[in-house]
Order: sequence, then structure tokens, then C-alpha cells
Amino acid sequence: MAARERWLVLLGVGLAVAVLPAAVTSGYVLSALVFIALNALCALGLSLVMGFAGQVSLGQAAFYAVGAYVSGILTAQHGWNPWLAMAAAVAAAVLLAVAVGLPIFRLSGLLLAMATLGFGVIVYYVLVNWAGVTGGPSGLGGIPPLVVAGIVFATDARMLWLTWAILLLALGLCGNLIDSRIGRALRAIHGSEAATAALGVDVARVKLAVFALAAGLTALAGSLYAHYVTFINPSPFGFAYSVELVVMVVLGGVASLWGAVLGAAVLVLLVEGLRAALPALALAHGAAEYEIVVFGLLLMLVMIFLPGGLTAVRRGTA
Amino acid sequence: MSLADQLAQYLVSGLVVGGVYALIGLGFVIVYGVTRIINFAQGEMVMLGALVMASLAARGLGLPLAFALTVLAAAVLGALLERLAVHPLRRAPALTLLIVTIGASIALRGAALIVWGTDPLAVPAFSAGPPLRLAGAMVVRQGLWVVAVAGVVFAALWVFFTRTYAGSAVRACAVSPRGARLMGIRVDRMFLLAFALAAALGATAGAVIAPITYATYDMGLMLGLKGFVAAVLGGLVSPAGAIAGGVLLGVLESLAAGLVSSGYKDAVAFVVLIGLCLLQVAGWLPWRLAEEG
Amino acid sequence: MHRLTTLLAILALALAPAPAAAPVAAAGPEPYTIGAIFSITGPGSSLGIPERDTALMLEADINARGGIKGPDGKLHPLKIVIYDDASDETKAVLAAKKLIDEDRVTAIVGTTLSGTSLAILDTVQKAGLPMVSVAAAAKIVEPAAERKWVFKTPQSDHLIVSVLTDYLKARGYQRVGWLNVDYAFGQLGWIEFEKAAQQRGLQIVANEKFGQKDVDMTAQLTRVKAANPQAVVIWSIPPSASIATRNYADLGIGLPLFHSHGVGNKRFIELAGPAANGVVFPVGKLLVAEQLDDADAQKPVLLAYAREFEARYGPRNTFGGHAWDAVQLVVRAMAAAGPDRARVRDAIESTRDFVGITGIFNFLPTDHNGLDRRAVTMVQIVDGQWRLAR
Repeated sequence: MAARERWLVLLGVGLAVAVLPAAVTSGYVLSALVFIALNALCALGLSLVMGFAGQVSLGQAAFYAVGAYVSGILTAQHGWNPWLAMAAAVAAAVLLAVAVGLPIFRLSGLLLAMATLGFGVIVYYVLVNWAGVTGGPSGLGGIPPLVVAGIVFATDARMLWLTWAILLLALGLCGNLIDSRIGRALRAIHGSEAATAALGVDVARVKLAVFALAAGLTALAGSLYAHYVTFINPSPFGFAYSVELVVMVVLGGVASLWGAVLGAAVLVLLVEGLRAALPALALAHGAAEYEIVVFGLLLMLVMIFLPGGLTAVRRGTA
Repeated sequence: MSLADQLAQYLVSGLVVGGVYALIGLGFVIVYGVTRIINFAQGEMVMLGALVMASLAARGLGLPLAFALTVLAAAVLGALLERLAVHPLRRAPALTLLIVTIGASIALRGAALIVWGTDPLAVPAFSAGPPLRLAGAMVVRQGLWVVAVAGVVFAALWVFFTRTYAGSAVRACAVSPRGARLMGIRVDRMFLLAFALAAALGATAGAVIAPITYATYDMGLMLGLKGFVAAVLGGLVSPAGAIAGGVLLGVLESLAAGLVSSGYKDAVAFVVLIGLCLLQVAGWLPWRLAEEG
Repeated sequence: MHRLTTLLAILALALAPAPAAAPVAAAGPEPYTIGAIFSITGPGSSLGIPERDTALMLEADINARGGIKGPDGKLHPLKIVIYDDASDETKAVLAAKKLIDEDRVTAIVGTTLSGTSLAILDTVQKAGLPMVSVAAAAKIVEPAAERKWVFKTPQSDHLIVSVLTDYLKARGYQRVGWLNVDYAFGQLGWIEFEKAAQQRGLQIVANEKFGQKDVDMTAQLTRVKAANPQAVVIWSIPPSASIATRNYADLGIGLPLFHSHGVGNKRFIELAGPAANGVVFPVGKLLVAEQLDDADAQKPVLLAYAREFEARYGPRNTFGGHAWDAVQLVVRAMAAAGPDRARVRDAIESTRDFVGITGIFNFLPTDHNGLDRRAVTMVQIVDGQWRLAR
């Protein structure tokens, strides 16, 4: 997609999102879209790591946690301005990604996946055990909402605008990045690391940069989560979420930026859709046990019939 | 209680838990070794093994019969999983197959919730009696069963892979599916065999550990994760590596809980594991911990 | 532009109105609608499923009697819309918004877990509808001034812990070893226990943690044993609570063992086997309903609930009791105030002497839990049975 075309598309989606709250008043629908945007930001970061640096990270939830907790702790306990806290949260995640990435990107393939998994586990246990700072397993409440020039981002509609604006901007910038020289290096790495290195590209540095960028995007989403829900505890930031992100990326189609958004959207909509659909199919209401069975089977079916992910349909590679 | 006694207890407890992880890790090795697929549903096979064993034992079947039926049922399920979900995707990227097995694990967990509910179930120990003393440490009898079964399974796998035709065919697929096909080996049969065997192994693990851990519908994720780590540490293609990886992880966790901090025990274990991987990459480890994946 | 159209299709899908609740066919009085969010799947499911079952049972019972008699003197059928939050905070928030904006319920019962309850607090407070949580954490309803719309039925940890620590002190156990499971239930128990122990001059000689999915706790128990306590307290739920109890017996520690109300179900005893004998724990009266004095106001209510639940679903447990209390509180409030959210809130807050399963509730503007120490009793396991410990 050419850069101009891409930005036009983004603008179109942005306009659609902007007028949406005028048509839809249900906080439920708006809120589902907010969570889709947050998931999509995280998935976008991971799709860069997976699709363009060719590495699977099983520890992305850790950066989501860093974003949420740095924001939450600085605002709720130290009275920081939320925007400042958000900037600090992103910076902390990027620094952490570099500090962790420097050693562990010496590993590759499965060992790297295991190391990132371990990193996620370590961060999770810090959240659980460092109770004096993080609030421990019972969490941290009273996180203030974001405010711009007197406008409080406390309603679903305003959070919808903010999260989608950030998501679309991130999509556009990541698209530009991929079209750039760095992007070509990234794709070359995915093709053949040795050949890329032979061309004089510092493969390790490029990978690390992508990892740090992904961490920053994920932390941004985490910070938005904290200011939206106003309460954080460790359980949304565990191994299960890291796996969910991998599912979103593969479901949407690895190496496709829109795929990450699509994967995030489908995952949220599938869960919510089943919640509405199963009782309608005359299964007893509240029978959530059946929802997760159907969810698992649908996930399998989608991958069996669209092994390249949802966006592969268009590319004709399905 | 002297420090030596405490240390002995940590080591013995770690060995038993390590045996559990090793048994689960072996299932990952079989599937990955032959198919290069990471079977995320392996932990659910462990869960099903434990739950089926609990149900059959509660029906009054003798333990040997219950055990045999459990393992057989799992093997059939593993074969079904391969035929229905993996076979159609033989040529798909490994990540796609990973997601398929994640879907399978979610569906199996939900199905188990419907069938068995949320209550943990008990399974009687294979041999009754008070715990034994070993070098000042307590060890439950079922713990010895876990270690023994892990040993027997390992030996059986070794014989299978090195002394039987089917075993060498499986290994040939692992090395080069194309070459194996040229040699007249039915590669897709080997996939089927690997999945059935791995499911049977997972169920074996579940049935043997259930008297210690009980059986619940949601035990698979955590145990599968630990088994996966054990297998990766051992290179993911070597049964001996999985055994070593499992024991290493179990002992590390136990020592971390006993000597460092019980709250951080999993974190401490991972710090050490990542450290070991890095040392290996730097070439400072005198032994090979794992193959580069 | 295929991707864009796909995305727009997805957005359209999201916007499609949820299948609207079918209009009541019969021209009778409109139904009274309550929402419920339980952890039917995920780590909280062993609590959430009996809660869901109890809610379904109450809905059927009340409708079998014709419904709720509202302030207008008419009988309104009761409809409880139940959603699963999968023990997940994000899904709980979405479920709450769906109940509020799409199902337009008058009040919300739930959630099952402290984390999910705290996560939906903000949503509920902003929307202005009453919520009766069935989760334990005191933070859910404290400070009451900032929790106008939120109530809860389980006893707060400090009630449970104060009864337990008094019991420990009365029996002269000065040096106590402690272990807790590493999620909210265990942490909140620890915070209260540390406080209560200090007030009573008890010395905590060991403080260990384990995971709910751990398969062995001998390392932690070995550490506790090495610290020479006079009694040991374990704060968790089965299966980890049962594994720890069996490990405790296998290690031959032999000291008095105490647990929390988290082991208040038959499954704990079945799993731990003979190792459970002698365990003492603080819990609501439901487990020992038959052994209560006939003068106890709760006895008939407890027996009736236990009999009905056991006839339909299996052995009684305190979690279902929390849901019984929560649904009944809302139903009573709706009978007095109709389907108006604000009036129902006021009616719940003015509830006095409501004899429930967990205890006798007396809500105040400053107390949205409404229970006192009478809601907690000490129970001992003797020969695999619960005995009231005097």
C-alpha cells in the first residue's frame, strides 16, 4: 500500500470512529471497541517482532504490565500528571526491553521464546510479591483518568476517540517505517539473517530496536488500560495474555499490520458474540462452559481454513 | 531440624516434582522431534489422563485396568487431533499449527469443565502406606512411582527409537521428512504415531501424578508450561534432555522456595535457566544444555 | 481496499444491536431484571459455579411462586441475566457494561473474585446502579463514602481473622507459622492476620507463599517447620490447600493446623483424606447448620438452603450461600422499591436484620457489608466430618 493511500484509509477509519458515539450510545459496544484498540496496539507491536524480526516473544504481557503499573503507581500513589506518567511508563518499557533484549537476543528460535516466556513470568511475580509498591495480588485502585485541557477522558466515547486515534497513528507510523530502509532490512532479516548480515546490516541492533518499539507500543496500551479501568491487578498481565497476543497476530496474519488489528478485533468480538449467541441458541443461560468449547473449536477451524490468517484472504495466499 | 536435613528434603521434593515435569516434557519431545510442531495441547492430555483415571478408579476398576484404559483413550484422542486438525495443515507454517493446538487446548479444557465440573478429584496412591525416609528426607510412595515411571518411559522410548524399525522411521522423519519419504517411509503415518504416542505419554503422566496433585480441569496449562520448559532446556528433540531439563527445573524451584523466597520461586528458577542458556551461547558451559531451536 | 472493507464489516458487526430482549409475550406485569456476573470458567470457577447454580435455583423458586410482589401490588416475574467473566478483569468490565446498557438491569449481583469486582467498581459507580458483590476483599466496600453503589455479602477478612486469632490466643499458641496462596485471597488474609497477630501479641515465625497450581509444598513447609512454631495457619483453597495439608501430615510436623474459610467445602476433606482430621478453621455457620442451637435465628434458613441445594447440585458450600444472600437482598429491595436503580440502592442500604446464609445483615451508610463476628464460627474436622468447635 502506498503511503498516501494508507494515510487516507486511516483517516477514513478515524472519521468512522469519530462519529460512532453519535450513533451508538451503548457503553458496552464503545467499551468493546476500546479494548479492541488496546489489544490491537499490543498485537501491532508483537506483529513487528514476529513478522519482521522473525522472533516469537511469549512475554509481551510484561510490557503491558510495565505500562499499566508505572502509570498507575506514579499517578495514584505519587500524584503525577497522568500524561507525564504515561510518558514515563513508555520510557521504562523501552529501557527494560533494551536491557533485557541485549542479552537474550543472543538466543534465537525456541530458546529465545523460552527466555521471553521466563521474562514474562519474572515480571508477573514481581507484581505479585512486591506488594508494598504494586499492591500485590489484590491490586491498585484509584487511578485517575486522563485529562486534556479540562476534558476528562472518563467516558467510553472519549476513551474510544483517544485509543483509536493513538492506534491509527501508530499504524500509520509503523507502515511508514516498514516502507523505509529499516523496514527493508527487517524483511530481509525475516528472509535470511546471514544474507542480511553479509550486506552490512547490524542484524542484532535492528532486532533489538524492533523489540524496543514493540515494548513501547505495548506499554502505551497498558497505560491507557490503567487510566480507563482505574484499577489494576496482576492477573490480566500473566502468561495467558502473552499467548492471547500471539493468537491475535497469527489469526490476523503474521507480517501484516492490519492483521494485528483484525486479529485483536476478532478475538474480542468472538468472545462477546458467543456470549450473545449461545443463549439465543437455546442453551441454558449462564452456560459459559459451552462458550469456551465453541471458542476453541472456532479458533481451530479458522486456522484450518485460513492457515495464513485472516488477511491472507486478500493476498490470495490462503 | 538441621540445615542438612532441610537441604535433603528440598532435593528429594525437587526430584519428585522434576519427575513430573520430565514426564510431561517427554510428550513435547515426541511431537516436536517428528513433526516440528509445538503441541500446546500436551498439557490438556495430562489433565485428561488425570481426570479419566480419577473417574475410572472411582468406578471401582482396578488401578492397572483403569490406567490402561486411560492411556488407550488418550492415544485415540491424540490420533484424532492429528487427523482432524494437524493433517489438513501439513504444509502450513509452524505458528499456524501452534494456534490450532492452542484452540484444541481451550476446547478440551472447556469440555473437561462440562464433563467433570470444577471440583478437584482424588486418585488413590498406587501403593498405600506412610511416606518413606530417604537420607533424612520424607518421600511419599507415589513420588517413587513418578520417578520409576519416568525412568521406564524413558527406557522404552530409547528402545523404540534405536532398536525398532518404526522407531528409526520416526527418527528419519525428524531428520528429514523428504528423505524419509524417498526411503519409502509413510511420513503421515509417523505424524499420526507421534501424536498418539505423545497423548498416551501425557495421559500416563497425568495418571501417575494425579494421586499427588489431584485432578482438575484446569491443571493442564501450568503443567504443560513447566513440561515445555523442561523439554526446551533439553533441546526439545532429546528424551534424555527432557528428563534432565525436568529434574533441573524441579530441583531449582524447590531450592529457590526453600533457600531464597517461596514467593519468587518460579521467577528464581527462570532467572537461573535464562542465565544457563546465555552461558551456553557464550560457550562457557561445559555441557550442552539445549540445541538451538 | 479489501482490508478496509473487512475492517468496516467488523465494525458494523460490533455495532449491530445485540438481539433485543424479546418483548414479554404475555401482557402481565413487566419482569424485574437483575444482572449477575460470576466466574463460571477460569481460576475462580470452583466458586462461580455454585454461585451461578444458586442464582438459577432462586430464580426458579421465586418464579414458581409467581414472581416478586412489587410496590405496585402486582407479581412481577424475576429474570436474572447471568454472564461469565472467565475470572478476567477485562471481560468483567464488558459484562458489566452489557448488563447496564443493553440488558438494562436494575442491579448487579457479583462478581465472584475480588480482582474483577474492583475492576468493575468504576463502571458501576458511574452508571449509578447497585451492585452486591460476592467477593471477599474489604476494599470492595471500603471506604463506604466512596462506594455509594456497592455492597457485598461475604464476611470481610478482618472478621474471619479476628475470630481465628482470638482462638489461637485463647489456646496459648504464641509462635505461629503462616503460609498463603499467592493471589488476592491469600494476600488479603495475610495483611489482616499480620495486623491481628500484632494486636494480640502473637509472634509470626514464618511467612511462606505457594501458587494455586503448585504440585508440592514440602519445601515451604520444611522452612516453616524449621522455624519452630507452636501452630501453623494455611490460607488457601483446594486443591492447593489439600495438597499442603497432606504434605504437612507426610512431613510429620504434628503441630495444630489451622486453615481459612477457603476450605469450607466437602471436597477439601475428600482430597486431603485422613490428613484433614484435626484441622480447625473459621467459617460461616452453613457447614454446621444441623449442630446449631435451635434458638439460632439462622438455623431454619440455613437448613432449608442446604437441603434444596444438595438435592439439586451436590454438597453445600459457603460460596453458593454468598450468592443466595446477594440475590435475596436485591429481590427484597425490589419488592420494596420496584425496578428503580436508585431506590433499590437505598432499600438495600436500609436493610436491617436480614437473616441470610452468611450471617444476619444490618447495612448502614458507613457499612456496606453489614455483618459482625456472629457470622463466623470455628469448625473442626473430626473423622472427616465438620464439628462446631466450642
